[in-house]
Amino acid sequence: MAAYLGGIEIMDLAATLQQRKDALDFTLSHNELSGALPANDHKGLINNVEYEAPLPFVARKRKAHVRPKVEPPLSRLITWFVITATFWLVFGTTVGEYIGIKFVSPDADQFSWLTFGRLRPVHTNAVFWGWASLAMLGLGNYVVPRVSNTNLFSIPLGWYSLILINMAVLLGTLCLMAGINNGGGEYREYIWPVMLLFSFGLLLTLINFFKTVARRSTKEIYISNWYIVSSVIFAIVIVFVAYVPLWQNGLGETIIQGYYMHQGVGMWFMLFTLGIVYYFLPQQLNKPIYSYSLGILAFWTQILFYKLIGTHHFVFSAIPWWLQTVAIVGSVGMIIPVVAGTTNFMLTFKGAWYKITDSYTLPFFLTGILFYFTGSLQGTAEAFRSTNLLWHFTDFTVAHSHLTMYGIICFLLWAGIYALMPRITGQEAPQITVGAHFWLALIGLLFYTIPLMYGSTMRGLMWMEAKSFIDSVSFMAPFWLWRAIGGSLMWLSHLFFAYNLYRMIVVPGTVDIKETAFEKLGSIDHVS
Amino acid sequence: MDFFNNHNKLFGAAFLLFIGLTAFVAVLPAINNEQNNAPLPGSAPLSEEAVRGKALYVSNGCVACHTQQVRNVDMDKVWGNRPGLAADYASNRRTDFWRNTATLMGTERTRPDLTSIGSRQPSLEWNLVHLYNPRIVIKQSIMPAYPWLFESKAEPAKEDVVVRVPDTFQKQGLTLVATQDALDLVAYLQSLKQTELPGSTVSPAFLYQKQEQKSEPTGEFTPSKTEISESGQMLYATHCQACHQENGEGLKGAFPPLKGSTVVLDKDPSLIVNIIMKGYDAREEYGTMPAVGANADLNPEQIAAIINHERSNWGNNAPRVSVQDVEQIVQKIKKMPVQ
Repeated sequence: MAAYLGGIEIMDLAATLQQRKDALDFTLSHNELSGALPANDHKGLINNVEYEAPLPFVARKRKAHVRPKVEPPLSRLITWFVITATFWLVFGTTVGEYIGIKFVSPDADQFSWLTFGRLRPVHTNAVFWGWASLAMLGLGNYVVPRVSNTNLFSIPLGWYSLILINMAVLLGTLCLMAGINNGGGEYREYIWPVMLLFSFGLLLTLINFFKTVARRSTKEIYISNWYIVSSVIFAIVIVFVAYVPLWQNGLGETIIQGYYMHQGVGMWFMLFTLGIVYYFLPQQLNKPIYSYSLGILAFWTQILFYKLIGTHHFVFSAIPWWLQTVAIVGSVGMIIPVVAGTTNFMLTFKGAWYKITDSYTLPFFLTGILFYFTGSLQGTAEAFRSTNLLWHFTDFTVAHSHLTMYGIICFLLWAGIYALMPRITGQEAPQITVGAHFWLALIGLLFYTIPLMYGSTMRGLMWMEAKSFIDSVSFMAPFWLWRAIGGSLMWLSHLFFAYNLYRMIVVPGTVDIKETAFEKLGSIDHVS
Repeated sequence: MDFFNNHNKLFGAAFLLFIGLTAFVAVLPAINNEQNNAPLPGSAPLSEEAVRGKALYVSNGCVACHTQQVRNVDMDKVWGNRPGLAADYASNRRTDFWRNTATLMGTERTRPDLTSIGSRQPSLEWNLVHLYNPRIVIKQSIMPAYPWLFESKAEPAKEDVVVRVPDTFQKQGLTLVATQDALDLVAYLQSLKQTELPGSTVSPAFLYQKQEQKSEPTGEFTPSKTEISESGQMLYATHCQACHQENGEGLKGAFPPLKGSTVVLDKDPSLIVNIIMKGYDAREEYGTMPAVGANADLNPEQIAAIINHERSNWGNNAPRVSVQDVEQIVQKIKKMPVQ
């Protein structure tokens, strides 16, 4: 040891000790990664910077991409379509909620204008022709020119059709409440002058869309426009067949009724909405649609099979037996377009599933697609003769129509609106109220449908065992209560949606430059 | 493909496919049905009142809950004697310039089917009370009340049809009177009956009959006591309760009580079986009783079960009747000349 110490050179020692001391004294300077220069975004790459982020109460989602502005005339048109649609949604479901309560409390009121039988068609027609149709057309006015890479053929035509359809729903609602209806066929309760306004609106839309597609600057017609333009053509045919008084006597009326009520759902709402999804889903995922040919297969098979299934609402009735059989076969055939469509959408999601957690529109799309699969296949399951024994005439049908019209159509329309409005106005809804809308609507729908499906299955069994009818009424009481509870949640979610739409449209805290400037000047004068 | 890149061809093809299929599943079957069906020879056209009543039925949306179709399945037997036929609906024509045909088959049976309500419940009194507020006669009912079809008057005129309802359901000191609308609506309901098929025609069968449980041929099949009382209660609920009420007390001024009734307690069941099979209108202070047994085609077992239910409930205590006794009385009634 002594020999070792003697051998060390003083200079070496000092250097080593200094090095060791520096090492022990080392601390981070806190700008190792950023460098010493002040932060500056020369190229404008960073958006949405928040300097003082609050504690996140819910998961934060990605904001909408900033896109080039849509030309103002089209923006205004689309915005008014969506506003009036939302009005009819809130109105129609307020009525729906109220008649749901009447199952629990039949003496809630005793006014003729508010009696159950009159309000029920007010509810269904307002959400069909008011909410869903106007929302679809609003989105369609954006999608059709966009995928044709051109401008909308005519803005005024769009306005006329908006006004005509709104007038139809308003007049129709008043007529129904006053006790004027067309004869009691479901969704055909508006009398013909009212429906004439509606179909004029559709006709103008068709001209507008068709001419837009005709002057497209792309070679091919994008699949969205196959679905959208065809559905407008079909809707006009359906309304024509349903209202022309040439083949409506006796059972003819019922055969047409089966055709009309189901084509309205499948060929108007479903087909149009699928067209919207074929545009917005790939766009929101930032990926091309998985398969163009699956989309084409689904298109033609949907027309072929859906067309046939109307009379499955009248199985075992006096309608010709062969026609009932055709309807059942068609209902089974519907598996093809439904599986093709769902597969196409799901495989478009493939490799991009992680984006769902990041987005507030994609959960709406995914929910709509899942209900598209389950709800449509449920429809097939309900169409057989054996299942008709059990479920026909019960509230199972009501649960099914809500799983589909609400679970599929409404969720997909909301998805489209949340995707589109920020492009139009540059404003986004608060994510927390979008979340509230989504979860209340979804949970409400499940509360509504699941107890109702269970209860009505049991009720069907009671009928098959020839139990007394009034017992089957008492038996349903708790399930009708669940329906009212679920309905209340759904209704609440629509208030959130209306608020969100308000936030997407109205620009907050706009400063009137002129007024502020004069105010400023005034205050200076005062001081001096 | 070029075909699909041409908007005229693409949408033209979709349109043609669509109207072709529309013709096949809707328009042609509808026209065919219209041309090849006529009302049954025995069917009576609606009276003037019934036509007005049907318009009220339509405008108040009764079809939302009431079907009018007896399907050809066994479970629909309770709603009619035979399955509905296209001919049953053939007399429905366009209502007027503004409104379409109202076949009113319906797709929801939230409340009972009304195809043959005119045979099942023909009583004017019951129908009026029930329309004024269904919960007066059926407390579990969720049907809306239709008070706007009635008027409250201090002094009803001579020709007014007075509706007697419990005091809790109307204003003190006033008398409830049916408006013409209410009478029209009931006239329509009373007109709803299944027309008998012409002589030689065999009615189509009810499908999906339940398999009868066959008892051992050697041992005698005797249902247990609880089974009898259960079926008696069920049958009573289906056929009797709407008027005579679950507690057997009836409704004052409308339907007589069975509790303590001498007819029910009589040792000889002839009169009660007669009433069940043929109806009853002997007492002016009460409504008319329809021929419940004949209308619903009740068999002697079922009639005996109902009578025994009435004889052993609400404090009633009379000896049970046997199925054989009932059967003998029913046979006798059937042999009697038709009045």
